[in-house]
Amino acid sequence: MIAWSAPAADRHAEPPSRRRTRWIDGDPTLRDITDDVMRPLTSRPGAAWWAAFAVAASALAIGAASVTYEVTTGIGTWGLNKTVGWAFDITNFVFWVGIGHAGTLISAILLLLRQQWRTAISRSAEAMTIFAVMCAAMFPLIHMGRPWLAFWVLPYPNSRGPLWVNFRSPLLWDVFAINTYLTISLVFWYVGMIPDFATLRDRAQSPLRRFAYSMLSLGWDGSARTWSRYETASTLLAGLATPLVISVHTIVSMDFATSVLPGWHATIFPPYFVAGAVFSGFAMVLTLLIIVRRVMRLERYITLRHLDAMAKIMLLTGSIVGLAYATEFYNAWYGHNVYERAVFLNRVTGPYAWGFWIMVGCNACAPQLLWIRRLRRNVPILFALSIAVNVGMWFERFIIIVTSLHRSFLPSTWTMYRPSMIEVGTLIGSFGLFFTCFLLFVRLLPMIAMWEVKALAGHRDEATR
Amino acid sequence: MRRDVVVGRFHQEPMVIDAVHAVRSCGLRIADVYSPYPIHRLDEAMAIARSRLPLVALAGGVGGLIAALALELYTSVIDWPLNVGGKPDASLLAFIPIAFELTILGAGLATAAGLLIRSRLAPFGAAPVVDRSATDDTFAVVVHCRDSAIDRRLVEQLLLNYGAMSVESRGLPR
Repeated sequence: MIAWSAPAADRHAEPPSRRRTRWIDGDPTLRDITDDVMRPLTSRPGAAWWAAFAVAASALAIGAASVTYEVTTGIGTWGLNKTVGWAFDITNFVFWVGIGHAGTLISAILLLLRQQWRTAISRSAEAMTIFAVMCAAMFPLIHMGRPWLAFWVLPYPNSRGPLWVNFRSPLLWDVFAINTYLTISLVFWYVGMIPDFATLRDRAQSPLRRFAYSMLSLGWDGSARTWSRYETASTLLAGLATPLVISVHTIVSMDFATSVLPGWHATIFPPYFVAGAVFSGFAMVLTLLIIVRRVMRLERYITLRHLDAMAKIMLLTGSIVGLAYATEFYNAWYGHNVYERAVFLNRVTGPYAWGFWIMVGCNACAPQLLWIRRLRRNVPILFALSIAVNVGMWFERFIIIVTSLHRSFLPSTWTMYRPSMIEVGTLIGSFGLFFTCFLLFVRLLPMIAMWEVKALAGHRDEATR
Repeated sequence: MRRDVVVGRFHQEPMVIDAVHAVRSCGLRIADVYSPYPIHRLDEAMAIARSRLPLVALAGGVGGLIAALALELYTSVIDWPLNVGGKPDASLLAFIPIAFELTILGAGLATAAGLLIRSRLAPFGAAPVVDRSATDDTFAVVVHCRDSAIDRRLVEQLLLNYGAMSVESRGLPR
């Protein structure tokens, strides 16, 4: 049977009830999308970008100076002592690993759940994951004191026996978890960018750009057979990244949970840490995107509805974190363990109680405002809340780590911990590294997945035809 | 120059699907369709076989798992057993996290490598064959046809009837 005539126009019209929420404002054509996403890559950076870059690079310089001083002088430049042997560095490590988790959640878990709103934000969230994991990995490295011997944590045949690493130690699990997470995140990020690199290659004006993008785009031509295979690979990588991201923070929590210290030795830690990680990560995504959508003029793609959806996830995970706090206290009361009780009483009323109340206020109470729909779409309020959650989640890790250590079983060992300027400088430096990388990312790589947004726009054409 | 394919350029996704159905129902063969984003119903329309990448991922995962357990058991039980806090040498429960991580690592790397090798993607790979704008906003349907003026005219007319913006006859890509 030969189908010579064109089909009737309404063949693909869907009933209005099946139309989904629209995640793009206005009616951009496919070419508009390419133009809008490429604009930051080809235009000159504005004053706002230079100002932000200057601040970020200065913070990075402070960090570099602090780390150089610490490495050349010794760990004694930190405020650690015999009782509190872990404090600022591990707090920052857990904080930054947690930040990364939202990126994987957005790019992998929401992909599997077929949430269309992830398309506009997934690329920048994945970039955030990679930069955050880089910041996190820095802290155990410098805490080694001799970071040039960091390769000793890897099991390789050596001339010391060979003396192998201890596979029963949660700290070694961390090494494998963080490295796997960084590797898989990088692969996922890069594979996701190949089609966009091809778009950039085909539109590049200067020979240098064309050279770089032809190398990166791996000869991508948009063939339907390749697309089909590509989609299978994306789904597989998403399916692999999902249990991976849960395992990473589970293992991070086991650094504490497998010890016998009151306040750390809790079976609730893995889910509690994973929820907290997603919570803090979404706060950081919101902080970044609220700034970027404004500065890069991408409000059309990162709409108020996107911010609203992220706020809902923050509300959910923030409530889980609040429940976890309550559960810990319930266990301490119900468990009849005097040491456990003393630690939790000390958290609420002891010398670090101010930090505890910042944590409860910022993480458990403040996000409850997000039940109100009007506030979820109010950009200044969302921005303020996202900063509050970032601060609160940093304090959560500080409180868990320091209050459990500084007054443990032996009262004669009790002491206080105060960070030194070098430690504060290193924390500032990690923020500098993170924001410097992110600012370079928005200028050098397409920060919105063009092909995914185009698919959304294309399917919309179809639905309304 | 031989001209054994006809390239039709489209600007809207639904037309592409209709055109592909029509081309195939006429007994013609589609060489390929190039598009700026994946079109799900095209797999069905072009009868593209399901990818076997899941099997590659499984193999990579099993490989990672075996490698991890072999490394852990060889180093901790056979090569140099160390008594750490009285724990058994073969602490299988404690070996699970690293075995899990390396399973994921193996499966993920195998999936990515499988995609690149099977799709022949490599740095400085073949340049776009049909149209530079196929990575921007154009859908290009490439149809095989015999190298005769009559056949070409028929295929071109068919594609134009189905909404092609332009048609062109040329040699087979690659």
